[in-house]
Amino acid sequence: MNVAGRWRWWELLLWALAFAAPFGLAGHALIINEIAIVALFALSLDLILGYTGIVSLGHAAFFGMGAYSAALFAKLVMPDPLVGLAVGIAAATALGAVCSVTILRGTDLTRLMVTLGVGLILMELANKLDWLTGGADGLQGVVMGPLLGRFAFDLSGQVAAVYSVTVLLVLFVLARRLVQSPFGATLKAIRDNRLRAMAIGIPVGQRLVVVYTVAAGAAGAAGALLAQTTGFASLDLFEFHRSADVMLVLVIGGVGWLYGGIAGAVVFKLMQDALSSITPQYWTFWIGLFLVVLVSVGRERLVRPWTWWRP
Amino acid sequence: MLTLLFDGIAYGMLLFILAVGLAVTMGLMNFINLAHGAFAMVGGYITILLMQRQGVPFLVCLPLAFAGAAALGAVLERTLYRRLYHKPHLDQVLFSIGLTFMAVASVDYFVGSTQQILQLPLWLKGRTEWGEGAWMLGMGHYRLFIIAVCAALTVALQYVLARTRFGSRLRASVDDQRVAAGLGINVNVVFLSTFAVGSGLAGLGGALGADVLGMDPTFPLKFMIYFLIVVAVGGTSSITGPLLAALMLGIADVAGKYYIPKLGAFIVYSLMIAILVWRPQGLFVRQGGKA
Amino acid sequence: MSNLQATPDTVLSAQGLVMRFGGITATNDVTLHLRKGARHALIGPNGAGKTTLINLLTGVLQPTAGSIVLDGQDITHLAPHQRVRRGMVRTFQINQLFDSLTPLETLTMVVSQHRGLGGSWWQPLGARAEVNQRCQALLAQFHLSEVQRQPTRVLAYGKRRLLEIAIALACEPRVLLLDEPVAGVPAGEREELLQTVAALPADVSILLIEHDMDLVFSFARRMTVLVNGAVLTEGDPDQIAVDPQVKAVYLGQEGSDHG
Repeated sequence: MNVAGRWRWWELLLWALAFAAPFGLAGHALIINEIAIVALFALSLDLILGYTGIVSLGHAAFFGMGAYSAALFAKLVMPDPLVGLAVGIAAATALGAVCSVTILRGTDLTRLMVTLGVGLILMELANKLDWLTGGADGLQGVVMGPLLGRFAFDLSGQVAAVYSVTVLLVLFVLARRLVQSPFGATLKAIRDNRLRAMAIGIPVGQRLVVVYTVAAGAAGAAGALLAQTTGFASLDLFEFHRSADVMLVLVIGGVGWLYGGIAGAVVFKLMQDALSSITPQYWTFWIGLFLVVLVSVGRERLVRPWTWWRP
Repeated sequence: MLTLLFDGIAYGMLLFILAVGLAVTMGLMNFINLAHGAFAMVGGYITILLMQRQGVPFLVCLPLAFAGAAALGAVLERTLYRRLYHKPHLDQVLFSIGLTFMAVASVDYFVGSTQQILQLPLWLKGRTEWGEGAWMLGMGHYRLFIIAVCAALTVALQYVLARTRFGSRLRASVDDQRVAAGLGINVNVVFLSTFAVGSGLAGLGGALGADVLGMDPTFPLKFMIYFLIVVAVGGTSSITGPLLAALMLGIADVAGKYYIPKLGAFIVYSLMIAILVWRPQGLFVRQGGKA
Repeated sequence: MSNLQATPDTVLSAQGLVMRFGGITATNDVTLHLRKGARHALIGPNGAGKTTLINLLTGVLQPTAGSIVLDGQDITHLAPHQRVRRGMVRTFQINQLFDSLTPLETLTMVVSQHRGLGGSWWQPLGARAEVNQRCQALLAQFHLSEVQRQPTRVLAYGKRRLLEIAIALACEPRVLLLDEPVAGVPAGEREELLQTVAALPADVSILLIEHDMDLVFSFARRMTVLVNGAVLTEGDPDQIAVDPQVKAVYLGQEGSDHG
């Protein structure tokens, strides 16, 4: 039919570079790690936003859930990273399954609110259960064991970066298969015309539940990676800012083509790093301005620079 | 308990005035404006700064807060919002979040991030008590003032909507924009004035509520969810819907924080989610109407 | 007058359907039987409740009273997508397409969904040979082969209309409800569409809503006339054409409804 299943040359090059980076750019391993985590988080949001069209402002709930679960698991049960990652994914997936029933009905506004509400509830819960989560101070001193029993997490962050990039790649491959499959095509159908999707026999509710749950799990993976590689989990992971930022990352890179999360993460993180010397309130202002300009100009035009000079 | 009810009603009426502009513009332009709280913040800060630095009396600040926020709203509507009415909701969400971030950062930069204290005039600082024991009704004069002003505004709004030409033009435009335009109604003017008044009311609410709610740069983000609850639960096809929703929310929040402080806001959010899942079009929408 | 009883080869049966919205009775005690291989037209003035009836049959609306039976099974309370699974498919008066997908992707998706592969997530779309064959056959049947790789949003209106019907056929319907298939189609593209409708499989039972009387009379073997939500009469095209009540309904409107 078409080249849907096959990888293009630039994709292979991109991933090769991604793996080489922690070694070749060893001094920047820490930011490579951060980029991979944000990319995974944005990728998970793309599954919802890009492929079903649902605007979620509470995606950070799953991110935080994954982070706290992995951190608590490492502290209280065992410090193996891969098992902890699985636990983080499982917890976020479970939460996603429960929350998925809330996004099935309603208008854009109600869905927005419900997702926002879920994020806020998680934050309140994490705050109130402070005997478990450390409350406002966060969960500190999460020490991870060596990866695969051999590669200890070092201060330079190289092992962490390779770890995160690998997890990103694995989940990316799975997501790619998902969106290029018949299942993915039905998702796009739901996004484009829900009425018609129902009228051709697609069980819309079921599909939404599945993809939302999967997306939650992927976000949980990103959160777990963050907790494991930084040794720390805090309440701000649940904050509205996180949900808004990840949406911005995805929008920068482009919604609905899977690489958008990765492209956006690279751009966003590099910008943030470069501007980090300036005080935080400036950063918020420029992000806000960027969003206003982006939307006024038109999101599609961002990725097509030659249209900038058209009236 | 009666005092709690009283406080809840005051809080609810305040929320109503703050959120009614959002409800109307949401119903009119179908625009999800998450920056609505920023206009409230503008009104609050105008009041505080005028009182602190220029010694302007509180009562004079209120109409100024309204005017300032309304003017800002009118300018933004004409220049920015108008071009986005037909964009997908995602774009509107991104845009309004961006505006909010800009507002929050600007206030933080120019005024500082500490919470501003509003010095209420003496005549508002008293408290009247009726009855005794569990049935005591303690009415803070300030809250009494809030209720009075908001009630008057509500009556005025209802009057404008139901009895004036502008009101019927507005209702026509909400029901069906194209038909309204076809009838010769200048929809652009209706939008502009409605948005300006809605923002002005938010500013007024911010000024009125600065003492009760606390005014700092994170105000728009903190209270955004409350405004959205009022609109989503109350619906956008009337103003009595949001009024009832706001009162419910005010009472629930005050009672919740008093009786079960451990769970606080948790109850409000869970209730909201439950209501919206059960009735996605809102609780008070008339059947067959556009929600 | 007419025979409103179900016969042994009845595929779809609507019995005494009533739909009330507040004070309005949109559908008033409508009974309709569709035989296997039927070519049944539903006509009536604007606002007669034809599309409401389709919405009732497909499950978009729940009837206030009455029942619907498909292949001997009561489907009155089944969800829309479940009715599609049982073979009842509709088209829409206003095109309801998937703008970002190409006709090829759209039909491949529909066929896959219908063959039970809709939940399959590992294999790419279009990996199965028999799915692809069926798609190419459909594309050819609906004159869409040349445009199969263009996104739906850039297609001409006539092609979009063809795709609208092709999607329904891809669901392998036993009962097909066509809602004004030629509405708004420019003169140059009507022939293609009319031929395609005429060439639909003989064993599919078709209920056609149309205002275009040429199409109706050339296509239908049986007709039901709906006025103000109620069945005015039902019969063969010849009977209907000379029925004085029908004439009054149509000619009473200054003959504006011809074509």
